[in-house]
Amino acid sequence: MTSTAVVYTSNSLVYLIALPLFGAAVLLLAGRRSDRWGHLLATALSAGSFGIGLYQLSQMLGHSNDQRVVTQKLFSWISVGTFNVDAGLTLDQLSICFVLLITGVGTLIHIYSIAYMSHDLDRRRFFAYLNFFIAAMLLLVLGDSYLNLYVGWEGVGLASYLLIGFWNQKPTYATAAKKAFVANRVGDLGLSLAIMITFATMGTVSFAGVQEHVGQASTGALTAIGIMLLIAATGKSAQFPLQAWLGDAMAGPTPVSALIHAATMVTAGVYLIVRSNFIFNAAPAAQLAVAIIGAITLLFGAIIGMAKDDIKKALAASTMSQIGYMVLGAGLGPAGYAFAIMHLLTHGFFKAGMFLGAGSVMHGMDDEVNMRRYGGLRKFMPITFATFGLGYLAIIGVPPFAGFYSKDKIIEIAFNSGGTKGWILGTAALLGAGITAFYMTRVVILTFAGNKRWDEKAHPHESPFLMWAPMVLLAIGSVASGFLFTHGNSLRNWLAPVVEPQLVHQSELLSPAVVSILALLLVLVGVGIAVVKYLRREVPEVAPENVSVFTKIARRDLLQDDFNEAVFMRPGQALTRALVTADNAVVDGAVRGVGRLTVGTGNALRETQTGFVRSYALWILIGAVGLIAAIWVVAQ
Amino acid sequence: MIKNIGWLTTLGLLPLLGALVIAALSPKSVAAAKRIAFGTTLAVAATAIAMAVKFQIDNVDFQFVEVHSWIPSFGINYAVGVDGIALVLILLSVLLAPVVVLAGWNESHGGRWSAKTFYILLLVLETMMIGVFSATDVFLFYVFFEAMLVPVYFLIGGYGTGKRSAAAVKFLIYSLFGGLLMLAAIIGLYVLSGKQGGHTFDINALSHLKMSSTTENFLFLGFFIAFAIKAPLWPFHTWLPDAAESATPGTSVLLLGVLDKVGTFGMIRYCLTLFPHATRTFTPVILVLAVISIIYGAFLAIGQTDFKRLIAFTSISHFGFITMGIFAMTTQGNSGATLYMFNHGFSTAALFLVAGWMASRRGSSKIADFGGLQRVTPMMAWAFFIAGMSSLALPGLSSFVSEFLVLVGTYTRYPVAAVVGSFGIVLASLYVLIPVQRALHGPTTPGNESLPDLNLREKFAIAPVLAVIIFLGFYPSPLLKVINPAAAHTIAQVGFTDPAPRIAQVGK
Repeated sequence: MTSTAVVYTSNSLVYLIALPLFGAAVLLLAGRRSDRWGHLLATALSAGSFGIGLYQLSQMLGHSNDQRVVTQKLFSWISVGTFNVDAGLTLDQLSICFVLLITGVGTLIHIYSIAYMSHDLDRRRFFAYLNFFIAAMLLLVLGDSYLNLYVGWEGVGLASYLLIGFWNQKPTYATAAKKAFVANRVGDLGLSLAIMITFATMGTVSFAGVQEHVGQASTGALTAIGIMLLIAATGKSAQFPLQAWLGDAMAGPTPVSALIHAATMVTAGVYLIVRSNFIFNAAPAAQLAVAIIGAITLLFGAIIGMAKDDIKKALAASTMSQIGYMVLGAGLGPAGYAFAIMHLLTHGFFKAGMFLGAGSVMHGMDDEVNMRRYGGLRKFMPITFATFGLGYLAIIGVPPFAGFYSKDKIIEIAFNSGGTKGWILGTAALLGAGITAFYMTRVVILTFAGNKRWDEKAHPHESPFLMWAPMVLLAIGSVASGFLFTHGNSLRNWLAPVVEPQLVHQSELLSPAVVSILALLLVLVGVGIAVVKYLRREVPEVAPENVSVFTKIARRDLLQDDFNEAVFMRPGQALTRALVTADNAVVDGAVRGVGRLTVGTGNALRETQTGFVRSYALWILIGAVGLIAAIWVVAQ
Repeated sequence: MIKNIGWLTTLGLLPLLGALVIAALSPKSVAAAKRIAFGTTLAVAATAIAMAVKFQIDNVDFQFVEVHSWIPSFGINYAVGVDGIALVLILLSVLLAPVVVLAGWNESHGGRWSAKTFYILLLVLETMMIGVFSATDVFLFYVFFEAMLVPVYFLIGGYGTGKRSAAAVKFLIYSLFGGLLMLAAIIGLYVLSGKQGGHTFDINALSHLKMSSTTENFLFLGFFIAFAIKAPLWPFHTWLPDAAESATPGTSVLLLGVLDKVGTFGMIRYCLTLFPHATRTFTPVILVLAVISIIYGAFLAIGQTDFKRLIAFTSISHFGFITMGIFAMTTQGNSGATLYMFNHGFSTAALFLVAGWMASRRGSSKIADFGGLQRVTPMMAWAFFIAGMSSLALPGLSSFVSEFLVLVGTYTRYPVAAVVGSFGIVLASLYVLIPVQRALHGPTTPGNESLPDLNLREKFAIAPVLAVIIFLGFYPSPLLKVINPAAAHTIAQVGFTDPAPRIAQVGK
């Protein structure tokens, strides 16, 4: 999308989105009639979209790296005065990564869900939502302007809401869905404002247009846009301070947690920041804010992850933390964009794989999620254990698994970003790696190792083929993707036209080898502590109460909900109640007072008449007085 | 005579004709009255669409103009014509009318008067709505503006529920009060025109009057307060929740969906074009009121325990957006506001109709009386949910386009108002999702287990409304093309041009 890039047009981009959208529409409109085949159609359409994605990739590979941008204009969407937004799509080196991730992982999760949801009466509706999600997410990454992105952005929010609340007969699940939507809307407010400022500043909201004019805009305006985009990203990507919804979002069926709340939707904030690289590059303050938010969140999530006994919530905290790494990477500018995306992709494999693994465990354990009620499951679920284990090795960053390449790079670039900033960000990222190793080892030990802590009623068993096959494929990704992306700088070179037109030379505070050794040492420490704490000792089936204040706070998600309730929710509710009372007593009270006054006056004036006609007459009188006054004014 | 009757007069006479036919029926032929009413509204809608096809979108003058002398001694004419803004609002009125008749097929039962009377009132109201948007003679506008109150008064007071009489009287008196202020201002204009070349009520002629700024300010306020009561702006809003709570759902649709738009339409047509200087003077105050309405209406909506009152308060928030767009004085703001009027009509119609069906099945419109409807009545739940999404302006639905245009159009000139108003989009998620959760989600609460889902008639009524909401979300161009020239013309008349992008300003 650089100004020198040769741009091709295509008529087929829209089918990427149209196929799953069609699926969603058919399944929702056909209703129960499609119960028998709906899931198959949805899976086929998602796979079809993936096929188109592969075809597009092959076309791109046929061109040189500065000639790979493909666009498609569908129609003029909104056009008023100088505000012109087309319904247009752009596929470039950045968006193709997402297209393949969304449709590839998405299709695997469709397949998995066929088995996982087979006993659910509403499986068809579930697949309709999944297809809708794929369509919206593709629009998010293919839209050629901020406003088109916005449609996909809220579209995935809606899909997320519907899927978190898929079992909304349970009030807590319905509340979780609402919480996610509202938190996301706060972020969306940021996106709205970013678009408004962009239009007022540059007269356009298309990515190409903004990139073209960015040089003429003031730093102040660009900083404001950058901060607003960051707010948007914190909402969607569960970053501090809008992170509180993600843990509750685990109320959704586990395949949803894997696809939406781990691999794809929650990474949209990273996409937004990387896509807007031209804005952040020109607004250093906003860029620094991005890095700081990333660093805070990666620690925040990791700390929560240490204290969770619910396997899905532990993984959710981990997701928050890993996205923190991506955001940190994106906040490090041109040197970091490619690695933020690389970590996003590798995380897509290993985290989706682990979530599916968690789903597989739950499937075999009567939907139990408390890891203190697991233990020793590796014998009963060997495939789940193996695939989860590979994902585990990837996330903690053991070479040569995927996370080693992508995460260590972010740590390295953070250190090398210079000065005190580099030291602080780098140390945070390094520390996070150690904590990650601790909490992930804890998850693996509690679930698969040690003594069994479940009673005989649970009959743990390996999941069916349709479930483990996607897990195996994702595990292969967890093993190989990091090496493939780094080999010959392949991903960095691929993305270079979008995010790094000129190769950035960083000062080298710490060499890659030093960072890797430091990180591995910390990982070793983290693993060691977890082994001592959970493998060498007996794990109580009920979480012990006599723990430090620190643990208690971590169990309460670092008081995120307490804070939001005290600062926003309860004052908001009080304000609402006060306004409702005041509206009746004061605003309407004044109206009623005037009414009584006139009726009283009317009684005095016309004692003989009754009812409504009297006050009508009075109003005519008042009108006449007003009339005379007006004429008097006019006649002056 | 017949050959002189133009499109707009035909359109206005058709419902009256239907009303006359119904009046001639025997009091017992309720079914026939319903069918005739439905047929008439469909015929009016078809005629309006045929007329709209002939509308020249690039022509900013009034079209389909008809002028007949009415009261020559006062210079009063029967003068009608439409620009793009008026055309869109007429389309809104005549498209919603058949939906209302079909959706509320049994609303006329159990009223104070006969079912026949209900449909006569409804059709007379349709005539008034067409008239009020077509009038180009200010006095004629006033007549429609006031006469419209009569059928609505009887529809609320005669066929509503609960404290219907009190609500109807409150509505009437509040509206009359505003109307009389406007009458005073209209007479003021008339007197002025007499001093400057001849008495007239013609809007084009009146827009060229010269007047002192004091005079202009007073006359502006006369119109503006009337309109601020009609499309209730804080603090003139308290009649609306009462009226909406008591009226039948169909009446509420027409009241909030169409009649209240007369207020915002009036602001554009009369306040802006007749009093450009006063408009500039009062814009800051009005923007403040608009922003207060957005936020206040949203908070009040969140705090409601009754569906109908809740929807009324969401509308107050939405009217705040519309007013903000109008006084932003940009083409995006003005076009967005007009499009908002149309979209809000459909989205409120969907909300009110579904809420009405829920209430009539359950015998209560209290939110707390519902629960778990998604299991029991999935279709009805979906319809309510989509309508709710439209109310919170989800992208992909029509109201997003208009709301975003209003915000972006306001931001370019009045960034603070736009930023504060934007918080309405967060609050909207609360006032929609809280009742959605209470009524549709959770376990099925006692009293809801056997509620029937939408029947075929109801599906036919709601489906086109939802289809329009979705279609215009992706493809608003047909309406925007009609609105844009009129909006740009209005902005130019007030003497504004759209602010250039900052980077262009720096370049100079």
